[in-house]
Amino acid sequence: MFSFGRVWAMLLRYLYILKSSWPRTLELLYWPTLQVLVWGFMSQFFYGNSSYIARAFGVLLGAVMLWDLMFRSQLGLSISFLEEMWSRNLGHLFVTPLRVYEWVVSLLAMSAIRTAIGIVPAALIAIPLYHYSIFDMGLPLVAFIAVLMAMGWAMGLAVCGLILRHGMGAESLAWTVFFGLSPVSCVYYPVTTLPAWLRPVAWSLPQTYIFEGMRAVMFDHVFRTDYFFAAVALDLVFMAIGVGIFFIAFRDARRRGALMQMGE
Amino acid sequence: MSAPVIAVDNLVKRYGNTMAVGGISFTVERGATAALLGGNGAGKTTTLSILLGLLLPSEGTVRVLGEDVLRHRHRVLPRLNFSSPYTDLPHRLTVRQNLSVFARLYGLPRWRERIELLARDLQITQFLDRPAGKLSSGQKTRVALAKALLNEPELLLLDEPTASLDPDTGDWVRSYLEDYRARTGATLLLASHNMNEVERLCSQVMMMKSGLIVDRGSPAELIDRYGRTNLEEVFLHIARRADAEPETVL
Repeated sequence: MFSFGRVWAMLLRYLYILKSSWPRTLELLYWPTLQVLVWGFMSQFFYGNSSYIARAFGVLLGAVMLWDLMFRSQLGLSISFLEEMWSRNLGHLFVTPLRVYEWVVSLLAMSAIRTAIGIVPAALIAIPLYHYSIFDMGLPLVAFIAVLMAMGWAMGLAVCGLILRHGMGAESLAWTVFFGLSPVSCVYYPVTTLPAWLRPVAWSLPQTYIFEGMRAVMFDHVFRTDYFFAAVALDLVFMAIGVGIFFIAFRDARRRGALMQMGE
Repeated sequence: MSAPVIAVDNLVKRYGNTMAVGGISFTVERGATAALLGGNGAGKTTTLSILLGLLLPSEGTVRVLGEDVLRHRHRVLPRLNFSSPYTDLPHRLTVRQNLSVFARLYGLPRWRERIELLARDLQITQFLDRPAGKLSSGQKTRVALAKALLNEPELLLLDEPTASLDPDTGDWVRSYLEDYRARTGATLLLASHNMNEVERLCSQVMMMKSGLIVDRGSPAELIDRYGRTNLEEVFLHIARRADAEPETVL
């Protein structure tokens, strides 16, 4: 039976880890803030030199924040998972009554916390520096965040499953696999920029609908429900795949005896 | 007579073409201290991992505390625990943080008191707020034991509980385990290749070699059967036999 107490225990463990190392907390803030600074100044430059940016100043800044949010949600999940690998703790955890799905819920919750720690300050910094607030998007922003985080989690679970299957040699996937999708996610440019043959690939990813939807909100002041529901449907597919890979890999790890041995 | 705490029947574990455990059967009665004794690669840790539900067997049945571990491991896990020097507690958390996380995972109602009590018993009070990674081997072993005793387990599985400890700390841990068993009536199963430890603690020994139980009995019975003076000599005799032969005396 599902236990919130056990989920809280695991969440507490990850919070203890975070608290124990201020450089790690600082690192959470560092990259999103740096991204916002670079893209903010670039937007200021292009604002006077590009008709695209002139239509809506924050189109690049909003995109970089939402892209980073999706990346952070994947990375936040993967890092908490890797903490167990680095400390060779799986053998201890899974002789307790902890269920795998409770662990997964705690990983998702910790991912949300880590993402918020990284993204919220970066978004707040943009307000005084560039007079741009991503929060001005209003309710659509909540929908965008939900879809992007779910996709980040789906990818995070798939990556964790691959690490469970292939060991720590696959650890670098946690940092790299996400960026393979960036060219076809159409974060900073519309789908029509892509060659025709590549567009179906872009439209098979939920984030593409979100970035197109974000541009619709910023340029045309409309919330494209068709994009939103397509993104939610694709999210469900990717989430099913991510969860499936993770649970199959976990079962396989039990069959191979990897839970006792897995570690650096 | 009550059902055995551990009942293993025809347990097989294969990794591809490699036979890690080759069809072993044994029972351990309530309140006993038993040992799986054998050299490296004999199948001891594999057997322990299967008992804990961390590893799925290829064949066979495993009942622990009356439950089928393969089907209902979550009914059993709150009642058992495990300690091994090869799986560290997370290094950056303090001992108290580590223990509090595990106490919550077991859903202990008064976990703070339990941690304080165990810390006093195991003489780790002064280390409670120190990161687990900064402890010595002996201190780590005592902390691991505290973690293993948090839920006051009816069955305690120990993988080489005194490996890499100096003789004094090793002796202290053995005394503590003897006292715990006597006080609570718990059942202990050790995987070990420390003969003195097994001779001192255990009433039942399963000698393993190449994934098979090649002999079994009390330490005294085994010593007598092989005409040796101690268990180490029995172990060496069995280890140096040409091939693993399944036991003939049951």
